[in-house]
Amino acid sequence: MNRKFGSAAKEDALWRPMTTQLGEKTNMKLTRTLFGATAVLALMSGAALADPALIYDLGGKFDKSFNEMAYTGAMRWAEETGGEYRDIELQSETQREQAIRRFAEAGYNPVVMTGFSMATPLEVVAADYPDTTFVIIDGVVDLPNVRSVLFAEHEGSYLVGMAAAMASETNTVSFVGGMDVPLIRAFACGYAQGAQAANPDVNVIVNYTGSTPAAWNDPVRGSEITAAQISQGSDVVFAAAGGTGVGVLQRALDDGILSIGVDSNQNYLHPGHVLTSMMKRVDNAVFDAFSAGPDMETGVQIMNLASGGVGWAVDENNEALITDEMRTAIGAAETAIAAGDLEVHDYRTDSTCPISVE
Amino acid sequence: MPKWADVLLVPLFSLVIAFAISALVILAIGEDPIRAMELMVTGSLGSTYGWGYTLYYTTNFLLTGLAVSIAFQAKLFNIGGEGQALIGGLGVALVCLFVPWPNWWTAMIGAILASAVFGALWAAIPAYLQARRGSHIVITTIMFNFIAASVLNYMLSHVLRPPASMDPATARFASELRLPRLADVLEPFGIAFSRSGPANVMLFVALAFCVLAYVMMSRTKLGFEIRAFGQSEPAAHYAGISAFRIIMIAMLISGALSGVMAVNSVMGGPQRLVMNAVEGAGFIGIAVALMGRSHPIGIIAPALLFGFLFQGGSELAIETTIPREMIVIIQALVIMFTGALDNLVRQPLEAMFALGRRKS
Repeated sequence: MNRKFGSAAKEDALWRPMTTQLGEKTNMKLTRTLFGATAVLALMSGAALADPALIYDLGGKFDKSFNEMAYTGAMRWAEETGGEYRDIELQSETQREQAIRRFAEAGYNPVVMTGFSMATPLEVVAADYPDTTFVIIDGVVDLPNVRSVLFAEHEGSYLVGMAAAMASETNTVSFVGGMDVPLIRAFACGYAQGAQAANPDVNVIVNYTGSTPAAWNDPVRGSEITAAQISQGSDVVFAAAGGTGVGVLQRALDDGILSIGVDSNQNYLHPGHVLTSMMKRVDNAVFDAFSAGPDMETGVQIMNLASGGVGWAVDENNEALITDEMRTAIGAAETAIAAGDLEVHDYRTDSTCPISVE
Repeated sequence: MPKWADVLLVPLFSLVIAFAISALVILAIGEDPIRAMELMVTGSLGSTYGWGYTLYYTTNFLLTGLAVSIAFQAKLFNIGGEGQALIGGLGVALVCLFVPWPNWWTAMIGAILASAVFGALWAAIPAYLQARRGSHIVITTIMFNFIAASVLNYMLSHVLRPPASMDPATARFASELRLPRLADVLEPFGIAFSRSGPANVMLFVALAFCVLAYVMMSRTKLGFEIRAFGQSEPAAHYAGISAFRIIMIAMLISGALSGVMAVNSVMGGPQRLVMNAVEGAGFIGIAVALMGRSHPIGIIAPALLFGFLFQGGSELAIETTIPREMIVIIQALVIMFTGALDNLVRQPLEAMFALGRRKS
């Protein structure tokens, strides 16, 4: 038996480089894994009863986009009410169920989570904790103690699509999606419809970063895709790709074209170069859920243009880029959509789009 | 140095040093190390809920640790446990989704066989390359981890994902295939156990494998051949032991054990195959094997230790402001002192014992 494994002094020379390699590789991977485990938990000591809790999806709390919007809402609630909440950033797919369970077991209520990937694990856990109220953003779980918040992303994307087409001088605009899923196709489809409404001759280039969750956090690839789109003539790019969007916006800035941010108001990232942002008010959804507390109304809640759930951002950073013509046209579309006079097709209803977004 | 000191004192002192340095690090960022330790202990061992998770992770580490140990004994560094377990997970998912099993235990046996075959096949290629072509097993098994992850990504994103789902994961397995958890096992004996923790019957399977591996390594001809080969290849060759045969067999067993780990983390845990289902257990298996001196029974304690660190570390992240990066440092220190810096403790201890002997 190799009992002497530890006594390196007696081992042959080949052994040592192997140990070194082993150490480096292990540590690198362990960094990811072990602190992955930190996303989960057991003990329920000191859990103040009925404090709300928030679980961020992969991509992390400070992704400058989707999850950060949730964090903003939670912080606003904490500042306004003086309440306390717990939050946790997931590190891997496997921890979803444990994270939800941990908060429910510890008595946090309501437990809010972001991302469609939480739906399957939540289905199991929510059934085990009928007295806890759960909120899932971007997914649907049909249980009496779950509120499912969905956004009409296609409506907001329609508005920024109009802005893109009107700002474009090359008659070509583009879209960089994160993971290729129906949700992101709904963004692309709304964007393309808006662009065509503003300019029937516009050419819309659509690309997705990938087919795995890694596509949410790959700014380098986002930058490469944008460069390819620019070479095809695009001069306005809309990124609906979570953390990947940071690379898209940076490349647009470097190559002197306009970009459109997503989820959060990203106009401030590159003032004067970000045309606008498609705001998805995840912050409002979190704020509402935290404020309503455990007794909130459950079921499916749609956050659309009419209810202020989505919109386009105009602030001091992009004022100069927005012409009066854009303001009027987009304002009119906004009113029409909110009133129900103009219907933007939602890709998710029939998995098709009037304009190809493959 | 007496054997009991080698087996007990060296790891113990290593641990104490690792925890002491961790305490200093925690102190340096203005947190209370004693409270941190308390949180880790209560969070992983202080309730049956905590035990449910600690033992679940322990099961993973038992199997991957055992896998690495067996290959170590033949002096083969199987760094590919991660990939072998991922492919094993694919085997588990396939048999659970597409075979109509009548009940959980037939499904479990089926899943164990499938995952073992898948894991062993994944290990067979690097093993063959090592045995026939001399391609270094460390390099090839590492590379195969990446290939396995890509294969799994593809299968989950394009082949096994249910059409309506946006999540790259398989559908949930039938509920009859749910492995009985510790609560189900312990209740007939009147022991109350939290139903939340995912620790399940695979824990006993893993422990049984440890015993079987011990018997095989120390009581059979094959075990003797593997050990002889590991101690000295020329001597083994001289004794008529085929290098090709031993490399292949040791790696096939190792790959099969890594693969079986997925039965716990796929069938016993989320009941479906998700990405990254292995969570690095393949790599932690290396640390477990190092600490357990590659002894099939010796790895049980370190597997439990890493189960505790895995579970306790998460408590810190939630209950304190200790950033999660700090928890990685604590865990890395434990690995560094128990694995890589073994001599730091061993040599002074050896000197001490030598001194003691001279005096008496």
